[in-house]
Amino acid sequence: MTEWEYAPAPESRDTARLRSSYGMFVDGQFRDPDSDQNMKTVNPATEEVLAEVAVAGQADVDRAVAAARRAHQQVWGPMPGRERAKYLFRIARIVQERSRELAVLETLDNGKPIRESRDVDVPLAAAHFFYYAGWADKLPYAGFGPDPRPLGVAGQVIPWNFPLMMAAWKLAPALAAGNTCVLKPAETTPLTALVLAEICQQADLPPGVVNVLPGAGDTGRAVVSHPDVDKVAFTGSTDVGREIARTLAGTGRRLTLELGGKAANIVFDDAPLDQAVEGIVNGIFFNQGHVCCAGSRLLVQESVYAEVLDRLRRRLGTLRLGDPMDKNTDIGAINSAEQLARITELTAAGEAEGARRWSPPCALPDRGFWFPPTVFTDVAQSHRIAREEIFGPVLSVLTFRTPAEAVEKANNTPYGLSAGVWTEKGSRILWAAQRLRAGVVWANTFNRFDPTSPFGGYQESGFGREGGRHGLEAYLAV
Amino acid sequence: MPSEAPRNPRTRQPEKAERRPPAPRSPRGNRTSSGTAPDTTEAPGRVTVRKTYKLYVGGAFPRSESGRSYPVTTPGGEFLANAAWASRKDARDAVVAARRAFAGWSGATAYNRGQVLYRVAEMLEGRRAQFVEEVRAGEGCSAARADALVSDAIDRWVWYAGWSDKITQVIGSTNPVAGPYFDFSIPEPTGVVAVLAPQESSLLGLVSVLAPVAVTGNTAVVVTSQARPLPAITLGEVLATSDLPGGVINILTGSAAEIGPWLAAHQDVNAIDLTGADAELRTELERAAAQNIKRVLRAPRSEPDWTAEPGLSRMTAFLETKTVWHPVGI
Repeated sequence: MTEWEYAPAPESRDTARLRSSYGMFVDGQFRDPDSDQNMKTVNPATEEVLAEVAVAGQADVDRAVAAARRAHQQVWGPMPGRERAKYLFRIARIVQERSRELAVLETLDNGKPIRESRDVDVPLAAAHFFYYAGWADKLPYAGFGPDPRPLGVAGQVIPWNFPLMMAAWKLAPALAAGNTCVLKPAETTPLTALVLAEICQQADLPPGVVNVLPGAGDTGRAVVSHPDVDKVAFTGSTDVGREIARTLAGTGRRLTLELGGKAANIVFDDAPLDQAVEGIVNGIFFNQGHVCCAGSRLLVQESVYAEVLDRLRRRLGTLRLGDPMDKNTDIGAINSAEQLARITELTAAGEAEGARRWSPPCALPDRGFWFPPTVFTDVAQSHRIAREEIFGPVLSVLTFRTPAEAVEKANNTPYGLSAGVWTEKGSRILWAAQRLRAGVVWANTFNRFDPTSPFGGYQESGFGREGGRHGLEAYLAV
Repeated sequence: MPSEAPRNPRTRQPEKAERRPPAPRSPRGNRTSSGTAPDTTEAPGRVTVRKTYKLYVGGAFPRSESGRSYPVTTPGGEFLANAAWASRKDARDAVVAARRAFAGWSGATAYNRGQVLYRVAEMLEGRRAQFVEEVRAGEGCSAARADALVSDAIDRWVWYAGWSDKITQVIGSTNPVAGPYFDFSIPEPTGVVAVLAPQESSLLGLVSVLAPVAVTGNTAVVVTSQARPLPAITLGEVLATSDLPGGVINILTGSAAEIGPWLAAHQDVNAIDLTGADAELRTELERAAAQNIKRVLRAPRSEPDWTAEPGLSRMTAFLETKTVWHPVGI
């Protein structure tokens, strides 16, 4: 039989308008850091250096916070909501206009498949600005009192898994509510946030309203611990979240945290199995599993275990891993050598603790950071791969017999960001949703995001919600 | 200003208002002081191309099937244009178009409706000069006042556009019923809404009654101000170039007193907004609307100050509430 191969369908990298160096964005201008310190950002699929990026030091943070304070007091705070709204609509529109450029740049810098950055990250970023633009002139209707006031200057630190989208999730509600922002993008993925800063310029956003400070942990620490920052928003690991919570203890400054997860994806025996398998794959292999709400623990009812595993393995054999710029690619590169090392270490622990490891036949490229889609069976709840967030394309499969056992196992985690339920029975979905200790429950779907829909965690997955009417609360004096 | 532009006396003089004392005067052509569009780049001696003001029905611009028209003038009586005088048949055609558009428009995602309506605001801004001129000429106000009214109208449209994906979040609810049920209530558009637009405020008032009907997913048949219909038809031209599906908003110029009763009695119209109805006609319209239990938004005693921030009432007036029960259990 003839084997029909995919023809290569690479996206052109010229679309990204990549520059050799990027400054930081402070008070409406791009500038070099005081310290003349730079870092290199790398394409994780090739290990090629993409650009030199300024690293913001303490003096730069001071300058950005001062600019944000000035902008809040003189321009953005006093501005009527309906005028703020129009700036945000402009940003949404320009993100849409420059969507392909942003998608290609995101894929180069992050390693995620172009299909995802094009169809998920960038459209959602635009939609977030669009949605919150509409709130800027409607704050009295948001349910937080007749005249809710902004907090002031927000310091925001975001992760590398959805760089542009996370920037939009942070900036849009903050700006709509009347705050000004100092945003620190992740060390390994600063580029799209800096293009977003350029978009703010194109939108004629007043200087100082948005400031973007690239850098690593030191820059982030300087932002969140700055005494003139009124509110800190952080998305990232639970360990760093703890550190930030300790830093802010006693200061009275407001904090929201969106941290790690170890989501259970529960498949009942009456689930539509083809649909469920697609959902399982989407749940854990979307964005190489670099998703805090990834469905990394698959809980399958024993009676359908063999069939689900069989179908899942067959489906994984069709996933295409490779060049993230190829439009047919399903699984791209791991974002960094550091992350790859963590995934490697945890999966080794899985084997060492007695779980059985399986990956489909899958050739990995010679250069870059790669990890094959991996499934562990015979996993016990005590195993590290069932307890710790791997943040990679690694699925741990456990089983259950009764619905009560499924819920108990699902909730047996310090996290609580998301959960999935697969069953044809509506009442069972709602029964499970009532009992799952998670901020988002997806039923017969997984990894859905929308600007109108609040997102955030229970327990050690953080507190506060992003998205929806609820997402405004974090940025209002309520 | 065009008044400083060189002028050719041969083509100009006969049209100058001050030289034509008998009313109705005809200041159109190259003049801009009362005309509908500023002609800032006219060449000396050039005669401008005037616009024919027609109806906007089903995404097209038909004349009235009746062939009737009426002169539109400034409050001072200067002739501005002839507008179509819509008939009962035009109103029925408009209802058919609105009904046909309802499934698609109400079924679109709120995000999509918001994007389309925001696009309308972008187009409004692009036509600002034309609107300012039409409002100024039609309402007889100063250019500065007209400019402020147009700005308010655009911002009002933006305000309503943003409600598309928020109104459900503000007026919908989940209901903690005493039993193992998940119970939620969501707003849904009522259907085809007939709107008798304000008679005085020709753009801001019109936008203020039309945008809330459309943003909530309804489709509309609007009868414009009788004396000041020109901004409404230009709004139709904006809608036609804004990705708004044809038939979502249909615009009829003419007499609310003539068409209103037919719309109020129409069995395929779900609701009627009486804002622009004559005081003596209101009771009759409400009575006619009772036949198929139309939702009636009653007319205010006198035309309100449209510059005031609106509340939610113009949206909730044309929304139904749907409550869904679903059992919870293994």
